[in-house]
Amino acid sequence: MTAFFQSLGLPFEAAWLISTIAGILLIALPLMLSVAMIIYVDRKIWAAMALRRGPNVVGPLGLLQSFADGLKVFLQETIVPTAANKGIFLIGPVVTFTVTLLAWAVIPFNSGAILADINVGLLYVLAISSLGVYGTIMAGWASNSKYPFFSAMRASAQMISYEVSIGFILICVVLWAGSFNLGTIVSAQKGHVFGILNGFGFNPLLFPMWVLFLISGMAETQRAPFDLCEAESELVAGYQTEYSSMAFALFWLGEYGNVLLMCALNATLFWGGYLPPLDIPVLYMVPGVIWLLLKIFFFFFVFSWVKATVPRYRYDQLMRLGWKIFLPLSLLFVFLVSGYLMATGHFA
Amino acid sequence: MIQTLAFYLFAALVIASAVMTITARNPVHSVLWLILAFFNAAGLMILIGAEFIAMLLVIVYVGAVAVLFLFVVMMLDIDFATLRAGFVKNFPLGLAIAGILLAELLFGLGAHSAGGLVLGTPDAATAPAANVPNIQAIGAVLYGHYLFLFEAAGVVLLVAMIGAIVLTHRQRNDVRPQNISEQVKRRPEDATINTRPEVGGGVKL
Repeated sequence: MTAFFQSLGLPFEAAWLISTIAGILLIALPLMLSVAMIIYVDRKIWAAMALRRGPNVVGPLGLLQSFADGLKVFLQETIVPTAANKGIFLIGPVVTFTVTLLAWAVIPFNSGAILADINVGLLYVLAISSLGVYGTIMAGWASNSKYPFFSAMRASAQMISYEVSIGFILICVVLWAGSFNLGTIVSAQKGHVFGILNGFGFNPLLFPMWVLFLISGMAETQRAPFDLCEAESELVAGYQTEYSSMAFALFWLGEYGNVLLMCALNATLFWGGYLPPLDIPVLYMVPGVIWLLLKIFFFFFVFSWVKATVPRYRYDQLMRLGWKIFLPLSLLFVFLVSGYLMATGHFA
Repeated sequence: MIQTLAFYLFAALVIASAVMTITARNPVHSVLWLILAFFNAAGLMILIGAEFIAMLLVIVYVGAVAVLFLFVVMMLDIDFATLRAGFVKNFPLGLAIAGILLAELLFGLGAHSAGGLVLGTPDAATAPAANVPNIQAIGAVLYGHYLFLFEAAGVVLLVAMIGAIVLTHRQRNDVRPQNISEQVKRRPEDATINTRPEVGGGVKL
Protein backbone atom coordinates (compact mmCIF):
# COMPACT_ATOMS: atom_id res chain seq x y z
CA MET A 1 0.00 0.00 0.00
CA THR A 2 2.99 2.27 0.66
CA ALA A 3 3.95 1.90 -3.01
CA PHE A 4 0.46 3.00 -4.07
CA PHE A 5 0.64 6.21 -2.04
CA GLN A 6 4.16 6.80 -3.30
CA SER A 7 2.88 6.54 -6.87
CA LEU A 8 0.55 9.45 -6.03
CA GLY A 9 3.68 11.58 -5.65
CA LEU A 10 4.04 11.51 -1.84
CA PRO A 11 7.50 11.14 -0.24
CA PHE A 12 8.20 7.72 1.34
CA GLU A 13 7.68 8.83 4.96
CA ALA A 14 4.29 10.40 4.31
CA ALA A 15 3.19 7.45 2.15
CA TRP A 16 4.26 5.01 4.88
CA LEU A 17 2.41 6.96 7.57
CA ILE A 18 -0.81 7.22 5.55
CA SER A 19 -0.74 3.57 4.46
CA THR A 20 -0.07 2.36 8.03
CA ILE A 21 -2.92 4.42 9.45
CA ALA A 22 -5.17 3.24 6.63
CA GLY A 23 -4.14 -0.35 7.40
CA ILE A 24 -4.92 0.06 11.09
CA LEU A 25 -8.35 1.50 10.29
CA LEU A 26 -8.96 -1.24 7.71
CA ILE A 27 -8.42 -3.85 10.43
CA ALA A 28 -9.86 -2.13 13.51
CA LEU A 29 -13.15 -0.81 12.11
CA PRO A 30 -14.33 -4.07 10.45
CA LEU A 31 -13.16 -5.87 13.60
CA MET A 32 -15.43 -3.75 15.81
CA LEU A 33 -18.33 -4.28 13.42
CA SER A 34 -17.72 -8.03 13.31
CA VAL A 35 -17.50 -8.16 17.11
CA ALA A 36 -20.95 -6.60 17.27
CA MET A 37 -22.31 -9.09 14.74
CA ILE A 38 -20.52 -12.08 16.24
CA ILE A 39 -22.11 -11.35 19.63
CA TYR A 40 -25.47 -11.62 17.84
CA VAL A 41 -24.37 -14.85 16.15
CA ASP A 42 -23.17 -16.23 19.48
CA ARG A 43 -26.49 -15.50 21.13
CA LYS A 44 -28.41 -17.00 18.20
CA ILE A 45 -26.36 -20.22 18.20
CA TRP A 46 -26.64 -20.49 21.95
CA ALA A 47 -30.41 -19.94 21.76
CA ALA A 48 -30.83 -22.49 18.98
CA MET A 49 -29.03 -25.14 21.03
CA ALA A 50 -31.23 -24.34 24.02
CA LEU A 51 -34.37 -24.45 21.80
CA ARG A 52 -35.00 -20.75 22.29
CA ARG A 53 -35.41 -17.95 19.74
CA GLY A 54 -32.61 -15.65 20.88
CA PRO A 55 -32.60 -11.95 19.98
CA ASN A 56 -35.37 -11.33 17.42
CA VAL A 57 -36.92 -7.95 18.22
CA VAL A 58 -34.58 -5.13 17.19
CA GLY A 59 -34.32 -4.93 13.41
CA PRO A 60 -34.99 -7.78 10.94
CA LEU A 61 -34.34 -11.13 12.70
CA GLY A 62 -32.91 -9.15 15.61
CA LEU A 63 -29.82 -8.25 13.59
CA LEU A 64 -29.51 -4.83 15.21
CA GLN A 65 -29.65 -6.17 18.78
CA SER A 66 -25.93 -5.60 19.47
CA PHE A 67 -26.15 -2.00 18.27
CA ALA A 68 -29.15 -1.40 20.51
CA ASP A 69 -27.17 -2.85 23.44
CA GLY A 70 -24.19 -0.69 22.50
CA LEU A 71 -26.34 2.44 22.47
CA LYS A 72 -27.80 1.47 25.82
CA VAL A 73 -24.43 1.11 27.57
CA PHE A 74 -23.17 4.24 25.84
CA LEU A 75 -25.98 6.28 27.36
CA GLN A 76 -25.56 4.79 30.84
CA GLU A 77 -23.90 6.69 33.64
CA THR A 78 -20.33 5.63 34.43
CA ILE A 79 -20.23 4.64 38.08
CA VAL A 80 -16.88 4.49 39.86
CA PRO A 81 -17.22 2.94 43.34
CA THR A 82 -15.97 5.32 46.06
CA ALA A 83 -13.65 2.68 47.54
CA ALA A 84 -12.16 1.89 44.14
CA ASN A 85 -8.67 2.88 43.07
CA LYS A 86 -9.91 5.31 40.41
CA GLY A 87 -7.01 5.51 37.98
CA ILE A 88 -6.41 1.77 37.74
CA PHE A 89 -10.15 1.07 37.79
CA LEU A 90 -10.52 3.07 34.58
CA ILE A 91 -7.27 1.88 32.94
CA GLY A 92 -8.26 -1.81 33.32
CA PRO A 93 -10.90 -1.97 30.55
CA VAL A 94 -8.78 0.25 28.30
CA VAL A 95 -5.87 -2.20 28.61
CA THR A 96 -8.11 -5.19 27.79
CA PHE A 97 -9.54 -3.49 24.73
CA THR A 98 -6.24 -2.08 23.39
CA VAL A 99 -4.39 -5.36 23.76
CA THR A 100 -7.12 -7.12 21.77
CA LEU A 101 -6.66 -4.75 18.85
CA LEU A 102 -2.84 -4.85 19.01
CA ALA A 103 -2.50 -8.55 18.29
CA TRP A 104 -4.37 -8.30 14.96
CA ALA A 105 -1.42 -6.38 13.48
CA VAL A 106 0.45 -9.57 12.55
CA ILE A 107 -2.42 -11.71 11.20
CA PRO A 108 -2.03 -12.21 7.42
CA PHE A 109 -5.37 -11.63 5.65
CA ASN A 110 -4.06 -12.55 2.24
CA SER A 111 -0.63 -13.19 0.80
CA GLY A 112 1.12 -9.89 1.45
CA ALA A 113 -1.92 -8.31 3.15
CA ILE A 114 -0.42 -8.02 6.62
CA LEU A 115 -0.04 -4.82 8.62
CA ALA A 116 3.24 -5.63 10.36
CA ASP A 117 5.21 -8.32 8.53
CA ILE A 118 7.74 -8.92 11.30
CA ASN A 119 10.18 -11.79 11.80
CA VAL A 120 8.94 -12.55 15.29
CA GLY A 121 5.21 -12.42 14.49
CA LEU A 122 4.24 -15.45 16.54
CA LEU A 123 6.29 -14.30 19.55
CA TYR A 124 4.57 -10.94 19.21
CA VAL A 125 1.18 -12.65 19.45
CA LEU A 126 2.35 -14.53 22.56
CA ALA A 127 3.72 -11.34 24.12
CA ILE A 128 0.56 -9.37 23.46
CA SER A 129 -1.74 -12.12 24.67
CA SER A 130 0.28 -12.35 27.88
CA LEU A 131 -0.43 -8.64 28.39
CA GLY A 132 -4.15 -9.32 28.19
CA VAL A 133 -4.29 -10.64 31.74
CA TYR A 134 -3.37 -7.23 33.14
CA GLY A 135 -6.73 -5.72 32.21
CA THR A 136 -8.46 -8.38 34.28
CA ILE A 137 -6.06 -8.17 37.23
CA MET A 138 -6.19 -4.38 37.34
CA ALA A 139 -9.97 -4.34 37.16
CA GLY A 140 -10.30 -7.00 39.84
CA TRP A 141 -7.87 -5.38 42.24
CA ALA A 142 -8.95 -1.77 41.71
CA SER A 143 -12.62 -2.59 42.27
CA ASN A 144 -11.76 -3.10 45.96
CA SER A 145 -14.43 -5.72 46.28
CA LYS A 146 -14.04 -9.38 47.15
CA TYR A 147 -15.60 -11.17 44.16
CA PRO A 148 -13.72 -9.15 41.54
CA PHE A 149 -10.55 -9.81 43.54
CA PHE A 150 -11.12 -13.59 43.55
CA SER A 151 -11.73 -13.34 39.84
CA ALA A 152 -8.45 -11.50 39.25
CA MET A 153 -6.57 -14.18 41.21
CA ARG A 154 -8.19 -16.93 39.19
CA ALA A 155 -7.57 -15.15 35.89
CA SER A 156 -3.86 -14.62 36.51
CA ALA A 157 -3.23 -18.22 37.58
CA GLN A 158 -5.32 -19.61 34.73
CA MET A 159 -3.70 -17.57 31.99
CA ILE A 160 -0.14 -18.27 33.14
CA SER A 161 -0.87 -22.01 33.29
CA TYR A 162 -2.26 -22.28 29.80
CA GLU A 163 0.29 -19.96 28.21
CA VAL A 164 2.98 -22.52 29.03
CA SER A 165 1.36 -25.29 27.02
CA ILE A 166 0.35 -22.88 24.24
CA GLY A 167 4.05 -22.00 23.97
CA PHE A 168 5.02 -25.65 23.47
CA ILE A 169 2.21 -26.19 20.94
CA LEU A 170 3.37 -23.20 18.92
CA ILE A 171 6.94 -24.54 18.98
CA CYS A 172 5.73 -27.63 17.09
CA VAL A 173 4.22 -25.40 14.40
CA VAL A 174 7.31 -23.20 14.24
CA LEU A 175 9.60 -26.23 13.94
CA TRP A 176 7.68 -27.48 10.95
CA ALA A 177 7.30 -24.09 9.27
CA GLY A 178 10.87 -23.03 10.08
CA SER A 179 9.86 -19.45 10.87
CA PHE A 180 8.14 -17.24 13.42
CA ASN A 181 6.70 -15.08 10.65
CA LEU A 182 2.97 -15.78 10.32
CA GLY A 183 3.00 -15.16 6.57
CA THR A 184 5.77 -17.74 6.13
CA ILE A 185 3.93 -20.17 8.42
CA VAL A 186 0.85 -19.94 6.19
CA SER A 187 2.78 -20.38 2.96
CA ALA A 188 4.63 -23.38 4.50
CA GLN A 189 1.23 -25.09 4.81
CA LYS A 190 0.59 -25.03 1.05
CA GLY A 191 0.16 -28.63 -0.05
CA HIS A 192 1.46 -29.82 3.30
CA VAL A 193 -0.15 -33.29 3.28
CA PHE A 194 0.08 -35.41 0.10
CA GLY A 195 0.81 -32.15 -1.74
CA ILE A 196 -2.90 -31.38 -1.88
CA LEU A 197 -4.19 -30.61 1.63
CA ASN A 198 -3.35 -27.08 2.82
CA GLY A 199 -2.87 -26.97 6.57
CA PHE A 200 -0.77 -28.40 9.39
CA GLY A 201 -3.99 -29.62 10.98
CA PHE A 202 -4.23 -32.41 8.37
CA ASN A 203 -0.87 -33.74 9.56
CA PRO A 204 -1.43 -36.64 12.02
CA LEU A 205 1.49 -35.45 14.18
CA LEU A 206 0.12 -31.92 14.45
CA PHE A 207 -3.61 -32.65 14.62
CA PRO A 208 -3.49 -33.53 18.36
CA MET A 209 -1.60 -30.26 18.90
CA TRP A 210 -4.45 -28.39 17.21
CA VAL A 211 -6.96 -30.02 19.56
CA LEU A 212 -4.84 -28.94 22.55
CA PHE A 213 -4.50 -25.46 21.04
CA LEU A 214 -8.26 -25.13 20.60
CA ILE A 215 -8.92 -26.12 24.22
CA SER A 216 -6.07 -23.97 25.57
CA GLY A 217 -7.42 -21.12 23.49
CA MET A 218 -10.75 -21.43 25.26
CA ALA A 219 -8.95 -21.29 28.61
CA GLU A 220 -6.77 -18.39 27.49
CA THR A 221 -9.74 -16.30 26.35
CA GLN A 222 -11.68 -17.24 29.50
CA ARG A 223 -14.45 -18.67 27.41
CA ALA A 224 -16.89 -21.34 28.63
CA PRO A 225 -16.27 -24.05 29.87
CA PHE A 226 -13.26 -22.27 31.43
CA ASP A 227 -14.97 -18.94 32.25
CA LEU A 228 -14.08 -19.24 35.93
CA CYS A 229 -13.20 -15.57 36.31
CA GLU A 230 -16.76 -14.55 35.65
CA ALA A 231 -18.47 -17.65 36.99
CA GLU A 232 -21.85 -16.09 37.70
CA SER A 233 -22.90 -18.82 40.10
CA GLU A 234 -19.89 -18.13 42.35
CA LEU A 235 -18.53 -14.64 41.72
CA VAL A 236 -21.53 -12.55 40.59
CA ALA A 237 -19.84 -11.40 37.38
CA GLY A 238 -16.20 -11.68 38.41
CA TYR A 239 -13.93 -8.78 37.59
CA GLN A 240 -16.74 -6.96 35.74
CA THR A 241 -19.02 -6.81 38.77
CA GLU A 242 -18.36 -3.17 39.64
CA TYR A 243 -18.32 -1.91 36.06
CA SER A 244 -21.06 -0.15 34.19
CA SER A 245 -21.53 1.81 31.00
CA MET A 246 -18.69 2.10 28.44
CA ALA A 247 -16.08 0.58 30.76
CA PHE A 248 -18.19 -2.59 30.84
CA ALA A 249 -18.69 -2.39 27.06
CA LEU A 250 -14.92 -2.23 26.54
CA PHE A 251 -14.50 -5.51 28.48
CA TRP A 252 -17.26 -7.03 26.39
CA LEU A 253 -15.67 -5.90 23.10
CA GLY A 254 -12.24 -6.97 24.26
CA GLU A 255 -13.46 -10.42 25.24
CA TYR A 256 -15.11 -11.14 21.90
CA GLY A 257 -12.22 -9.55 20.02
CA ASN A 258 -9.94 -12.02 21.82
CA VAL A 259 -12.17 -14.95 20.92
CA LEU A 260 -12.09 -13.89 17.25
CA LEU A 261 -8.30 -13.57 17.47
CA MET A 262 -8.04 -17.12 18.85
CA CYS A 263 -10.22 -18.35 15.96
CA ALA A 264 -7.99 -16.47 13.50
CA LEU A 265 -4.89 -18.06 15.07
CA ASN A 266 -6.46 -21.52 14.82
CA ALA A 267 -7.12 -20.87 11.15
CA THR A 268 -3.71 -19.32 10.46
CA LEU A 269 -1.49 -21.73 12.35
CA PHE A 270 -3.20 -25.03 11.71
CA TRP A 271 -5.71 -24.77 8.86
CA GLY A 272 -3.92 -22.82 6.19
CA GLY A 273 -5.04 -19.26 6.96
CA TYR A 274 -5.93 -17.51 3.73
CA LEU A 275 -5.20 -20.63 1.63
CA PRO A 276 -8.14 -22.76 0.49
CA PRO A 277 -8.35 -26.17 2.20
CA LEU A 278 -7.37 -28.03 -0.98
CA ASP A 279 -4.46 -27.07 -3.20
CA ILE A 280 -6.58 -26.97 -6.40
CA PRO A 281 -6.25 -23.99 -8.81
CA VAL A 282 -10.06 -23.51 -9.03
CA LEU A 283 -10.29 -22.80 -5.31
CA TYR A 284 -7.74 -19.99 -5.62
CA MET A 285 -10.35 -18.03 -7.63
CA VAL A 286 -11.99 -17.21 -4.28
CA PRO A 287 -10.03 -14.40 -2.58
CA GLY A 288 -7.89 -15.44 0.40
CA VAL A 289 -9.72 -13.09 2.77
CA ILE A 290 -12.95 -15.01 2.17
CA TRP A 291 -11.26 -18.31 3.06
CA LEU A 292 -9.81 -16.81 6.23
CA LEU A 293 -13.14 -15.31 7.28
CA LEU A 294 -14.95 -18.61 6.59
CA LYS A 295 -12.44 -20.46 8.76
CA ILE A 296 -12.69 -17.86 11.54
CA PHE A 297 -16.47 -18.15 11.41
CA PHE A 298 -16.30 -21.94 11.57
CA PHE A 299 -14.02 -21.88 14.62
CA PHE A 300 -16.26 -19.30 16.25
CA PHE A 301 -19.14 -21.71 15.74
CA VAL A 302 -17.09 -24.39 17.50
CA PHE A 303 -16.43 -21.99 20.39
CA SER A 304 -20.17 -21.22 20.67
CA TRP A 305 -21.06 -24.86 20.39
CA VAL A 306 -18.77 -25.73 23.27
CA LYS A 307 -20.13 -22.82 25.31
CA ALA A 308 -23.68 -24.03 24.77
CA THR A 309 -23.08 -27.70 25.57
CA VAL A 310 -20.21 -28.16 28.06
CA PRO A 311 -20.72 -27.41 31.76
CA ARG A 312 -18.21 -25.18 33.55
CA TYR A 313 -15.04 -26.77 34.91
CA ARG A 314 -14.19 -26.71 38.59
CA TYR A 315 -11.10 -24.65 39.34
CA ASP A 316 -8.97 -27.60 40.47
CA GLN A 317 -9.97 -29.54 37.35
CA LEU A 318 -8.89 -26.60 35.22
CA MET A 319 -5.46 -26.44 36.87
CA ARG A 320 -5.05 -30.21 36.67
CA LEU A 321 -5.90 -30.19 32.97
CA GLY A 322 -3.41 -27.42 32.29
CA TRP A 323 -0.44 -28.62 34.30
CA LYS A 324 -0.79 -32.39 34.50
CA ILE A 325 -2.23 -33.21 31.08
CA PHE A 326 -1.63 -30.46 28.53
CA LEU A 327 1.91 -29.57 29.63
CA PRO A 328 3.37 -33.12 29.49
CA LEU A 329 1.43 -33.93 26.31
CA SER A 330 2.61 -30.82 24.47
CA LEU A 331 6.17 -31.41 25.68
CA LEU A 332 5.98 -34.98 24.38
CA PHE A 333 4.83 -33.70 21.00
CA VAL A 334 7.65 -31.16 20.81
CA PHE A 335 9.94 -34.16 21.28
CA LEU A 336 8.09 -36.27 18.70
CA VAL A 337 7.85 -33.52 16.08
CA SER A 338 11.47 -32.47 16.38
CA GLY A 339 12.53 -36.13 16.36
CA TYR A 340 10.50 -36.79 13.22
CA LEU A 341 11.87 -33.68 11.51
CA MET A 342 15.44 -34.66 12.39
CA ALA A 343 14.93 -38.24 11.25
CA THR A 344 13.47 -37.19 7.90
CA GLY A 345 16.15 -34.56 7.33
CA HIS A 346 13.72 -31.62 7.31
CA PHE A 347 16.43 -29.23 8.46
CA ALA A 348 19.12 -30.42 6.08
CA MET B 1 14.86 11.60 13.07
CA ILE B 2 11.95 9.34 14.04
CA GLN B 3 14.43 6.89 15.57
CA THR B 4 15.81 9.66 17.77
CA LEU B 5 12.33 10.72 18.79
CA ALA B 6 11.35 7.11 19.57
CA PHE B 7 14.56 6.56 21.53
CA TYR B 8 14.04 9.62 23.71
CA LEU B 9 10.37 8.72 24.20
CA PHE B 10 11.16 5.18 25.35
CA ALA B 11 14.20 6.20 27.38
CA ALA B 12 12.36 9.00 29.15
CA LEU B 13 9.44 6.67 29.90
CA VAL B 14 11.78 3.96 31.26
CA ILE B 15 13.42 6.44 33.62
CA ALA B 16 10.17 8.10 34.62
CA SER B 17 8.45 4.80 35.37
CA ALA B 18 11.54 3.54 37.23
CA VAL B 19 11.40 6.64 39.43
CA MET B 20 7.69 6.10 39.96
CA THR B 21 8.36 2.46 40.87
CA ILE B 22 10.45 3.44 43.86
CA THR B 23 8.46 6.48 44.89
CA ALA B 24 4.90 5.15 44.52
CA ARG B 25 3.22 4.80 47.91
CA ASN B 26 1.10 1.83 46.99
CA PRO B 27 3.13 -1.33 46.23
CA VAL B 28 0.63 -2.42 43.56
CA HIS B 29 1.19 0.88 41.78
CA SER B 30 4.92 0.22 42.06
CA VAL B 31 4.59 -3.11 40.28
CA LEU B 32 2.43 -1.54 37.56
CA TRP B 33 5.05 1.18 37.00
CA LEU B 34 7.69 -1.56 36.88
CA ILE B 35 5.70 -3.27 34.14
CA LEU B 36 5.61 -0.01 32.19
CA ALA B 37 9.39 0.22 32.59
CA PHE B 38 9.86 -3.35 31.25
CA PHE B 39 7.61 -2.57 28.33
CA ASN B 40 9.50 0.56 27.37
CA ALA B 41 12.80 -1.28 27.73
CA ALA B 42 11.40 -3.74 25.17
CA GLY B 43 10.73 -0.74 22.93
CA LEU B 44 14.38 0.27 23.24
CA MET B 45 15.45 -3.28 22.32
CA ILE B 46 13.32 -3.16 19.18
CA LEU B 47 14.91 0.17 18.30
CA ILE B 48 18.41 -1.38 18.22
CA GLY B 49 17.13 -4.29 16.12
CA ALA B 50 17.05 -6.94 18.86
CA GLU B 51 13.41 -7.90 18.27
CA PHE B 52 13.80 -11.39 19.73
CA ILE B 53 15.16 -10.05 23.03
CA ALA B 54 12.37 -7.48 23.10
CA MET B 55 9.69 -10.14 22.68
CA LEU B 56 11.35 -12.35 25.32
CA LEU B 57 11.44 -9.38 27.68
CA VAL B 58 7.71 -8.88 27.26
CA ILE B 59 6.79 -12.59 27.39
CA VAL B 60 9.02 -13.54 30.33
CA TYR B 61 9.13 -10.42 32.48
CA VAL B 62 5.86 -8.69 31.71
CA GLY B 63 3.84 -11.81 30.97
CA ALA B 64 5.03 -14.11 33.75
CA VAL B 65 7.38 -12.62 36.35
CA ALA B 66 5.48 -9.36 36.84
CA VAL B 67 2.16 -11.22 37.04
CA LEU B 68 3.59 -13.25 39.92
CA PHE B 69 4.91 -10.06 41.57
CA LEU B 70 1.50 -8.49 41.24
CA PHE B 71 -0.13 -11.67 42.50
CA VAL B 72 1.98 -11.64 45.68
CA VAL B 73 1.90 -7.89 46.26
CA MET B 74 -1.87 -7.70 45.81
CA MET B 75 -2.38 -10.23 48.57
CA LEU B 76 0.00 -8.62 51.04
CA ASP B 77 -1.62 -6.69 53.82
CA ILE B 78 0.96 -3.96 54.11
CA ASP B 79 1.04 -1.49 56.95
CA PHE B 80 2.73 1.58 55.49
CA ALA B 81 3.72 3.01 58.87
CA THR B 82 5.89 -0.01 59.74
CA LEU B 83 7.36 0.05 56.23
CA ARG B 84 8.56 3.62 56.68
CA ALA B 85 9.90 2.91 60.19
CA GLY B 86 13.04 1.20 58.86
CA PHE B 87 13.92 4.12 56.59
CA VAL B 88 16.47 5.84 58.83
CA LYS B 89 18.10 2.56 59.81
CA ASN B 90 18.50 1.40 56.19
CA PHE B 91 19.40 4.80 54.80
CA PRO B 92 23.24 4.38 55.01
CA LEU B 93 23.03 0.99 53.29
CA GLY B 94 20.89 2.42 50.49
CA LEU B 95 23.29 5.33 50.12
CA ALA B 96 26.24 2.92 49.85
CA ILE B 97 24.50 0.88 47.11
CA ALA B 98 23.61 4.05 45.24
CA GLY B 99 27.24 5.18 45.48
CA ILE B 100 28.50 1.86 44.09
CA LEU B 101 26.00 2.02 41.21
CA LEU B 102 27.04 5.60 40.41
CA ALA B 103 30.72 4.65 40.46
CA GLU B 104 30.07 1.71 38.10
CA LEU B 105 28.06 3.92 35.77
CA LEU B 106 30.83 6.51 35.64
CA PHE B 107 33.43 3.77 35.11
CA GLY B 108 31.38 2.31 32.27
CA LEU B 109 30.90 5.69 30.63
CA GLY B 110 34.62 6.40 30.96
CA ALA B 111 35.51 3.04 29.41
CA HIS B 112 33.04 3.67 26.60
CA SER B 113 34.46 7.08 25.78
CA ALA B 114 37.95 5.51 25.71
CA GLY B 115 36.86 3.37 22.74
CA GLY B 116 34.25 0.79 21.66
CA LEU B 117 34.52 -2.82 22.75
CA VAL B 118 35.18 -5.43 20.04
CA LEU B 119 32.60 -8.17 20.44
CA GLY B 120 33.37 -11.85 20.09
CA THR B 121 36.28 -14.15 20.84
CA PRO B 122 39.76 -13.61 19.37
CA ASP B 123 39.02 -16.07 16.57
CA ALA B 124 35.80 -14.14 15.87
CA ALA B 125 33.80 -17.37 16.23
CA THR B 126 30.98 -15.69 18.13
CA ALA B 127 30.99 -12.30 16.44
CA PRO B 128 27.39 -11.22 15.79
CA ALA B 129 26.27 -12.54 12.44
CA ALA B 130 25.13 -9.93 9.97
CA ASN B 131 22.03 -10.20 7.77
CA VAL B 132 20.63 -13.11 9.75
CA PRO B 133 17.38 -12.89 11.75
CA ASN B 134 17.90 -12.45 15.49
CA ILE B 135 16.51 -15.86 16.37
CA GLN B 136 18.85 -17.72 14.00
CA ALA B 137 21.87 -15.73 15.14
CA ILE B 138 21.17 -16.31 18.85
CA GLY B 139 20.26 -19.96 18.21
CA ALA B 140 23.47 -20.58 16.31
CA VAL B 141 25.55 -19.12 19.13
CA LEU B 142 23.65 -20.76 22.01
CA TYR B 143 23.19 -24.21 20.49
CA GLY B 144 26.48 -24.23 18.59
CA HIS B 145 29.29 -22.51 20.37
CA TYR B 146 27.91 -22.43 23.92
CA LEU B 147 25.91 -25.65 23.86
CA PHE B 148 27.50 -27.08 27.01
CA LEU B 149 27.10 -23.89 29.04
CA PHE B 150 23.52 -23.51 27.84
CA GLU B 151 22.59 -27.06 28.80
CA ALA B 152 24.39 -26.68 32.12
CA ALA B 153 22.36 -23.55 32.87
CA GLY B 154 19.22 -25.55 32.09
CA VAL B 155 20.27 -28.33 34.48
CA VAL B 156 21.04 -25.78 37.23
CA LEU B 157 17.58 -24.28 36.84
CA LEU B 158 15.98 -27.73 36.88
CA VAL B 159 17.83 -28.62 40.08
CA ALA B 160 16.76 -25.33 41.66
CA MET B 161 13.15 -26.02 40.71
CA ILE B 162 13.20 -29.55 42.09
CA GLY B 163 14.88 -28.25 45.24
CA ALA B 164 12.17 -25.65 45.77
CA ILE B 165 9.48 -28.28 45.34
CA VAL B 166 11.19 -30.71 47.72
CA LEU B 167 11.64 -27.99 50.35
CA THR B 168 8.03 -26.81 50.26
CA HIS B 169 6.34 -30.13 49.73
CA ARG B 170 4.95 -31.88 52.77
CA GLN B 171 3.05 -35.09 52.93
CA ARG B 172 -0.39 -34.61 54.44
CA ASN B 173 -2.40 -37.57 55.61
CA ASP B 174 -5.48 -35.70 56.75
CA VAL B 175 -6.74 -34.84 53.27
CA ARG B 176 -8.76 -37.01 50.93
CA PRO B 177 -7.20 -36.71 47.50
CA GLN B 178 -9.38 -36.96 44.41
CA ASN B 179 -8.89 -39.71 41.92
CA ILE B 180 -9.99 -38.01 38.71
CA SER B 181 -10.03 -41.11 36.52
CA GLU B 182 -12.30 -42.84 39.03
CA GLN B 183 -14.58 -39.80 39.03
CA VAL B 184 -14.72 -39.79 35.26
CA LYS B 185 -15.36 -43.54 35.09
CA ARG B 186 -18.36 -43.25 37.42
CA ARG B 187 -21.68 -43.67 35.59
CA PRO B 188 -25.20 -42.76 36.79
CA GLU B 189 -25.95 -46.46 37.28
CA ASP B 190 -23.20 -46.75 39.90
CA ALA B 191 -24.74 -44.06 42.04
CA THR B 192 -28.46 -44.50 41.61
CA ILE B 193 -30.90 -47.40 41.64
CA ASN B 194 -34.47 -47.61 40.45
CA THR B 195 -36.75 -49.51 42.81
CA ARG B 196 -40.47 -50.14 42.95
CA PRO B 197 -41.13 -50.48 46.68
CA GLU B 198 -44.24 -52.08 48.15
CA VAL B 199 -46.81 -49.57 49.34
CA GLY B 200 -45.89 -48.72 52.93
CA GLY B 201 -42.78 -50.94 52.66
CA GLY B 202 -40.25 -48.15 52.28
CA VAL B 203 -36.90 -48.38 50.56
CA LYS B 204 -33.88 -50.33 51.81
CA LEU B 205 -30.57 -48.57 51.37
